[in-house]
Amino acid sequence: MAVLLLALAMAAPAFAQVTVEKPAIPLTAEQEAHLAELLPDLRCLVCQNESLAESRAPLALDLKYEVRGLVASGKSSPEIKQYLVDRYGDFVLFRPPFDPRTWLLWLGPFALVLLALLVLMRQIRSSRRDAAAAAPKPVDDAALKKLLDE
Amino acid sequence: MRYAIPLVVLGVLLAFFTVGLKRDPRLLPSPLIGKPAPAFSLPVAAFPNTDAAPLKLGNAEFAGKPYLVNFFASWCAGCQVEHPYLMTLAKQGAVTLVGIDYKDADADLRQWLAARGNPYAPILVDLDGRAGIDFGVYGVPETFLIGADGRVLHKHVGALTPEAFERDFKPLLGAGS
Repeated sequence: MAVLLLALAMAAPAFAQVTVEKPAIPLTAEQEAHLAELLPDLRCLVCQNESLAESRAPLALDLKYEVRGLVASGKSSPEIKQYLVDRYGDFVLFRPPFDPRTWLLWLGPFALVLLALLVLMRQIRSSRRDAAAAAPKPVDDAALKKLLDE
Repeated sequence: MRYAIPLVVLGVLLAFFTVGLKRDPRLLPSPLIGKPAPAFSLPVAAFPNTDAAPLKLGNAEFAGKPYLVNFFASWCAGCQVEHPYLMTLAKQGAVTLVGIDYKDADADLRQWLAARGNPYAPILVDLDGRAGIDFGVYGVPETFLIGADGRVLHKHVGALTPEAFERDFKPLLGAGS
């Protein structure tokens, strides 16, 4: 175990990623609100289930800075999303677009429910037919009255 | 007949799982494939075999011949893994290898090259990661094949292996001209 840990420590690269100090991008209150609304919809590519709003990964911080710059230059949400999709693909969006490639994704669940309803309706209909076919026994009034009185 | 529907459902589920669970969720398809490579113009870090290195290189300087763009960094573990193979590729000389040193310190890069050798024709520096964003890089190492016409033909995420190069890159080397 100790040997393994030592080997791991020796194998780990001694170098670290460089972070460049970037100039702060001032935003108006309105733009800050726009940014805050936009970031939760964008996915961090490194830590896939976090949004850019939550993530502290270096790439997420870079992308957040990038988006901040786009917001400052007055770009709309669809324009900014397109900018990221052009580079990283639809995966960067938490809400995938509705197009032929995603029809199964968006419509699949509804199709399944519809299918289940059809099967259920058929079952009910056939069981009703069975029930109708099996004629009900004539009720013995005297026996029923006796049963109820007890 | 009674079991036909459940069996069909089971079969469909199994088919989805056998395909879906084998996929690596970290491998994302690049939207850049088939599109012109993102424009870049980056300062040169190391330019062997020339005394007067140009200060910056961009797409125009590499046009007309297919080339590989390899995003790497001295701090990246996968880059250590692929480095020996990049040296082999450089020796074979089948394709120009452009290295883009991603968010890396100059001193670290020099130490890295001194220890392992330099497989790159030029090394360009992407200190703040802006070029990486334009290429949709989300984890170094990533390797792009750019055709002679300047289009992105293929992207490989993770350490480049001989198998991946032979399978995915080699057949495309003649394309895009």
